[in-house]
Amino acid sequence: MADQEFPAEPARFVFDTQSEAEIAKVLARYPQGKQASAVLPLLWLVQRQMARQTGSAWLPRGAMDVVAHRLEMPPIRVYEVATFYLMFNTKPVGRYHLQLCTTTPCWLRGSDDLVAACKKVAGIRAFGETSADGLFTMTEVECLGACVNAPILQINDDYYEDMDGELTVALLERLQRGEAPPAPGSMIGRQTSAPVGGATTLLDAAPRTAQPVTE
Amino acid sequence: MVKLVVDSIEIEVAPGTSVLQACELAGKEIPRFCYHDKLSVAGNCRMCLVELEKSPKPIASCAFPVGEGMIVRTDTPMVRQARRGVMEFLLINHPLDCPICDQGGECDLQDQSFAYGMDHSRYSENKRAVTDKYLGPLVKTIMTRCIQCTRCIRFATEIAGVSELGATGRGESMEIGTYVERALTSELSGNLIDICPVGALTSAPYAFVARSWELAKTDSIDVLEALGTPIRIDTRGPEVLRILPRADDDLNEEWMADKGRFSFDGLKRRRLDRPWVRRDGKLVAATWQDAFGAIAARLRGVDGARIGAVAGDLCDAESMVALKDLLAALGSQNLDCRQDGARLDASRRDFYVFNAGVAGIEEADALLIIGSNPRHESPVLNARIRKRYLAGRFPIGVVGPGAALTYPASFLGDAPSVLTSLHDGSHDFATMLQEAAKPMILLGQGAVARADGAAVLAAAWRLADAVGALKPDWHGFNMLHTAAARVGALDLGFVPGSDGLDLDRMMGGGVDVLWLLGADEFDTGRIGADTFVVYQGHHGDRGAARADVILPGAAYTEKDGTYVNTEGRVQRAWRATFAPGEAREDWRIVRAFSDVIGQTLPYDDIGAVRARLEHVNPVFARVGLKRFGAGDRGGPQGDPAALSADPFVAAIGDYYQTNPISRASLTMAECSRTYAAPRALAAE
Ligand code: SF4
Ligand code: FES
Ligand code: FES
Repeated sequence: MADQEFPAEPARFVFDTQSEAEIAKVLARYPQGKQASAVLPLLWLVQRQMARQTGSAWLPRGAMDVVAHRLEMPPIRVYEVATFYLMFNTKPVGRYHLQLCTTTPCWLRGSDDLVAACKKVAGIRAFGETSADGLFTMTEVECLGACVNAPILQINDDYYEDMDGELTVALLERLQRGEAPPAPGSMIGRQTSAPVGGATTLLDAAPRTAQPVTE
Repeated sequence: MVKLVVDSIEIEVAPGTSVLQACELAGKEIPRFCYHDKLSVAGNCRMCLVELEKSPKPIASCAFPVGEGMIVRTDTPMVRQARRGVMEFLLINHPLDCPICDQGGECDLQDQSFAYGMDHSRYSENKRAVTDKYLGPLVKTIMTRCIQCTRCIRFATEIAGVSELGATGRGESMEIGTYVERALTSELSGNLIDICPVGALTSAPYAFVARSWELAKTDSIDVLEALGTPIRIDTRGPEVLRILPRADDDLNEEWMADKGRFSFDGLKRRRLDRPWVRRDGKLVAATWQDAFGAIAARLRGVDGARIGAVAGDLCDAESMVALKDLLAALGSQNLDCRQDGARLDASRRDFYVFNAGVAGIEEADALLIIGSNPRHESPVLNARIRKRYLAGRFPIGVVGPGAALTYPASFLGDAPSVLTSLHDGSHDFATMLQEAAKPMILLGQGAVARADGAAVLAAAWRLADAVGALKPDWHGFNMLHTAAARVGALDLGFVPGSDGLDLDRMMGGGVDVLWLLGADEFDTGRIGADTFVVYQGHHGDRGAARADVILPGAAYTEKDGTYVNTEGRVQRAWRATFAPGEAREDWRIVRAFSDVIGQTLPYDDIGAVRARLEHVNPVFARVGLKRFGAGDRGGPQGDPAALSADPFVAAIGDYYQTNPISRASLTMAECSRTYAAPRALAAE
């Protein structure tokens, strides 16, 4: 949160047409004169646009000023919001933002291995660091609300569940090779948050519909 | 009215009162950090907990409205225990560095921990540390001490009207600051020091200077602007160490402007501490006798009509009445106090004072500002306007230089002709004024210190009359002055007599002898080359540079004096320190000189001078302010049709450099530099 070290800023931030279309939709949701309420969605749009344009989803300070100006609110009120929420990055992040949950359930299920794997593949030493190639930034986060499939690794907006060290290494190496990330969800084939390996209860219950359930 | 019981005292309060206020009315003291009666309620420190019957938990009294039949207890074991708990949490991350903290001795946290603190800490983990922030040259920050009460944020946003302070981050990483390391752009920033309950925001010039209990405290008046903010001068020995505001709800509430608060280091620099006489073109040090002798010699044989006097902006009424009497004794009526050439009409008092009073701003329901930037001319009065604006339904129009005020205002143009269109109703804003029950016209010196000033004055009065601002119970015509001495000078008639010369006509050889009483705010180059100039004052500024004889006088902190503020409020200041060297109180200098030329003025002590003042104008008899409605609607002299086309310009250029004291102050010089060219962002 240090006021002093601002990362290098883009010279200028202007909303592109895609963002502008979204902004029009967002602003229409609020009554006239209450546009400041749209500060969260607008900051989110900035971060999206930065990801599109630069590959790094973050909020340059200049862009926060643009939001303040657009919503006619003092810049400091925007800084307050942006620094309050962890989903906003006030510093540049890598193309893949590795958000590691280390809260108790994930930790009990081996989140330490995930951390070690990320460090090893990305070649970084600590949370908050970005790999030399600019591909990965590793951040420690609190419970992601998906404890049932712990441990969780969130990459950008997607959850990779039921992870372990090896899966993490494989996943990151795949990203390093420039391949597209795999489909999110459980990495061991679990269906949503059902028990691992399939149903364990109500096995003898008659199906309620006339049609037999097909796998 | 709501009835409730506080510690078995039954009281009745207005609905909407908070429990904390009710407790205070019942005479109970409630500890608090975040609550401040001039700011919005935040309710985040929890120090004000009290017990409420039928409530399972203690309640935060500052944020809890009273209810009928409530039974409140402010001093039970439960309350004490709760407050102790709060205190323990507050101190978890507090550095406890009182021995090196400037707030020590006047710190709310220190005082409260005396009552509710523990003698040891149960917290053995590392305390958090916070980097200090840059808020400008006046406010020093030690942010590790901050208890995050958010008073400073609320002050900046609500009172100062500059939303630049905020809380960034959250939880343990929450920090108070501007986020972008920029000096606060407020002329009221010094008040942050007063409202911060701990030592997080302290005075930069006062850092490590003194402890509060070492200081002698003297009541005085801030004369660096015309509002007359009541102040307390803190001194140790011969030195003024700091200046703080006193609270007066009718005037400044609790606030004070930065110039008045921080200029005092100028009292030690460029001082005139002995008489000087010009010999062969050069000023040489002299004795009082020599100096008086030189003046007396030059005066010999000079006709009274060839002698003149100009009073400056910081003068006390006593010295001005003495000088006026001296000139009368010499047969002169050439007097002027309007250094800026303001075409003020001294014939009636309500032509030149802020008739509605500062408190009256809150009653007004429409405001027209003409030729003034209240933010610079009186930041505290400007805060009142903002307060009224925040209360809602307050259209504000500005005719004059479009400056950044701290509230939204419609800019109606900068030409005097706008006054005409407002008067004939052709301007849209005219309806706003007409529909208002108590419209207020605020006329600044920028509107009258110009060639057609008398016409502007008359036009403004005519407009006030036309929109119904002049009523028996409401005087909506208000003059905002920039000079503390001005109203007093006009009250005692320090203006040209019936065939006397004004400042303009005294220039360029209009008089042979010119006595400048602290007059530094006009172009001394206009004084005729052969005019003999006596400068009586305390700083080696413009006037002294031109002088043939310099008489060292006392600054406002060094004399008892009477001042009349822009509202027409008569105020008294007391001497806090002695004038340096051979400098003397000003009225005594004039009195002593009158003796030398055998025209001894008839007063020997300040009581007699004040009696004389009262004789000259009965308003001086009564300290304080009495507001009047508009009795006589007849306007000042001047032809409202004779307006020129020249746009209004600001009366003050650089807020931080408006008089000899602030010009001598290093702190003010630093402010000038900072705010003229805003500090570059650290990252850029
Ligand atoms: S700096 Fe002072 S006033 Fe501001 S939040 Fe901290 S303790 Fe309160
Ligand atoms: S603890 Fe990791 S998702 Fe809840
Ligand atoms: S004073 Fe009531 S919560 Fe701070």
